[in-house]
Amino acid sequence: MKLTIGHLYPAYLNIYADRGNIAVLRARARARGHEVEVVPIDVGDPVPAGVDLFYVGGGQDREQALVAPDLLAKAEALEAAVAGGASVLAVCGGYQLLGRSYRDRAGAELQGVGLLPVRTVAGARRLIGDVLVACDWAGGRTLAGFENHGGRTVLDPGAEPLGRVLAGFGNDGESGVEGCRAGRVYGTYLHGPLLPRNPWFADHLLAEALGVELEPLDDALEAQAHAVAAARARARGGRR
Amino acid sequence: MLLRLELLAARAVAAASRLAGAGGGTTLPGKLLWKADPSAVDRLAARLPAGSALLSATNGKTTTAAMAASILRPAFRLAHNAAGANLLSGIASTLLAADGAELGLFEVDEGALPEAARRLRPRAVLLANLFRDQLDRYGELELVAERWRAAAAALPEATLCVNADDPLLGDLARGRAGPLRTFGLDDRRHARPSLQHAADSTYCSGCGRPYLYAAAYVGHLGEYRCPAGDRERLPLDVAARAIELHGLAGSSFTLELPEGSVRVRLRLPGLYNVYNATAAATLASVLGASPAEIGRGLERFASAFGRFERIVVGDRSVLVLLVKNPAGANEAVRTLLEGAPPRTALVALNDELADGRDVSWIWDVDYEPLLAVLEGVVVSGSRAAELALRFAYGGLPRERLEVEPDLERALDRGLALVPAGGELVVLPTYTAMLALRRILTRRGHVAPYWERAA
Repeated sequence: MKLTIGHLYPAYLNIYADRGNIAVLRARARARGHEVEVVPIDVGDPVPAGVDLFYVGGGQDREQALVAPDLLAKAEALEAAVAGGASVLAVCGGYQLLGRSYRDRAGAELQGVGLLPVRTVAGARRLIGDVLVACDWAGGRTLAGFENHGGRTVLDPGAEPLGRVLAGFGNDGESGVEGCRAGRVYGTYLHGPLLPRNPWFADHLLAEALGVELEPLDDALEAQAHAVAAARARARGGRR
Repeated sequence: MLLRLELLAARAVAAASRLAGAGGGTTLPGKLLWKADPSAVDRLAARLPAGSALLSATNGKTTTAAMAASILRPAFRLAHNAAGANLLSGIASTLLAADGAELGLFEVDEGALPEAARRLRPRAVLLANLFRDQLDRYGELELVAERWRAAAAALPEATLCVNADDPLLGDLARGRAGPLRTFGLDDRRHARPSLQHAADSTYCSGCGRPYLYAAAYVGHLGEYRCPAGDRERLPLDVAARAIELHGLAGSSFTLELPEGSVRVRLRLPGLYNVYNATAAATLASVLGASPAEIGRGLERFASAFGRFERIVVGDRSVLVLLVKNPAGANEAVRTLLEGAPPRTALVALNDELADGRDVSWIWDVDYEPLLAVLEGVVVSGSRAAELALRFAYGGLPRERLEVEPDLERALDRGLALVPAGGELVVLPTYTAMLALRRILTRRGHVAPYWERAA
């Protein structure tokens, strides 16, 4: 089968090794014999038809501000694609932009795309460090990563997080949850990048996007990297 | 017990503080002095008859400062933090130890620059580049630039030396009321065909459009302009032209300064070292060095601690290139490929505070051209497995990868993979570099200090 990944704003939102996530998706799909095309979607580009999986990364404040109006203009097309079965992974800044709103430090409220039922408010201090999350919806499997965000993200009542925080800050450093998951749309603060050391999540996204089951790969190195990152989070995650 | 230690420490500090007041040079710990009496730094610096010069950058601080020291040393007795202790405490230690120094020459941590500038009241400040680096520690680039701008504005009489090829620093220089000297490269033959993945600051700060590059040299450094005409590279007061790169042996280029020009042969390889040399020349020229003195000082210069060091280990050699962020790593890769391509490499990734705890930056490095020529790779350090993944997803077959987190064992594995007479290339992060140097020193491998690469 052919997998089409729509990579939103690769030139702007790429601060924490977002291309590592793309490389993992590409390599793991190919290893199972699927053809992969990564389509960059830039400011001013229309949302192309036929995308199976959208990816939005993170950027510094300035880059995020540069793409925010364009993303809002694409909101309807993205909603339609998701309604048609496309998956979305949004990391860090991308996660914030896909939520309902973002309130900056001056108190100005910016409208978000609204694909995820979350609101983000700028906090006084950045939440920085290693982080480990357990995903109960995936049999308790864990995600290990690194977080570095000024925003405090709060889920709507009843909305589902991506996981429970075992170590680190997560969405806001208080609620004990990290990320958000709404159907096939996933948002998270975990970079590091996220997918190389959490291959089960990469495979979950690929299986959903392709609509097929995937045979396992040799993930010995991935498991080692995950173990080290998880130990880091347990030892020093979540310190202010 | 604790109390006694505290008393001892307090006495040491008191002595240091007295000495600071009385003018005696000493090796008493600057850290303690800095803690107990920060203003002692101001007083010590104020006594330097020729004043002080500060320099900061993401990449090349230690090398650039060492180059400037090599140029200035015949004319001045220097107080210079050559070992790279670049926080205020390190500057305090240097000042305490520099008996009879005339001129202060200090590399300063990006975050510490505002306070260093406020306390030392330097007569010249060199700002050489800003790349993404340790965002977990320094915050976003614009924030650093904003602090630098304020620090420079508070020094209206100091001469600001600025890399005009860095758009973010260009913005900072454009609004400068006081004395300014810009520098950059001017030889489009050495431009990269396209901007690297990790390039930062590539959008016009006026209108947000992507800059057009007539030449991108290193990362986002180059000859840029905004398509709408809002910004362009400032005219160069000091320019490196007619640049020739001689593989790992070094480079030669012509430095054109307001005071005249000089042809320089540099024993360090790579375009990034041409930047370092041009930056050092600009600062030295502001401090009174003539073009001829600049040329001689740069030609004398061999290398700075851990940055490009060749160490003989029996019948093999080890070439160490410190790598700590995407821009620097990209240049290390590019430089290595300019010589005879290396076959075996040891790459070591630690995640201590000094390395950056967030290791995601390795995914932004363009390692692929190096991976394509390597026959064997040993990955090491506390995050060895992470590096292994980076290389595996970068196309290196997993069977060519050895994962050995322990640095000493990894070094031995790397050396074993190199045939007699061959060379092991070592790319370590900062704390891994220090640890590897300690191992080599302990084993008695006489390390010809910053020996010339040939």
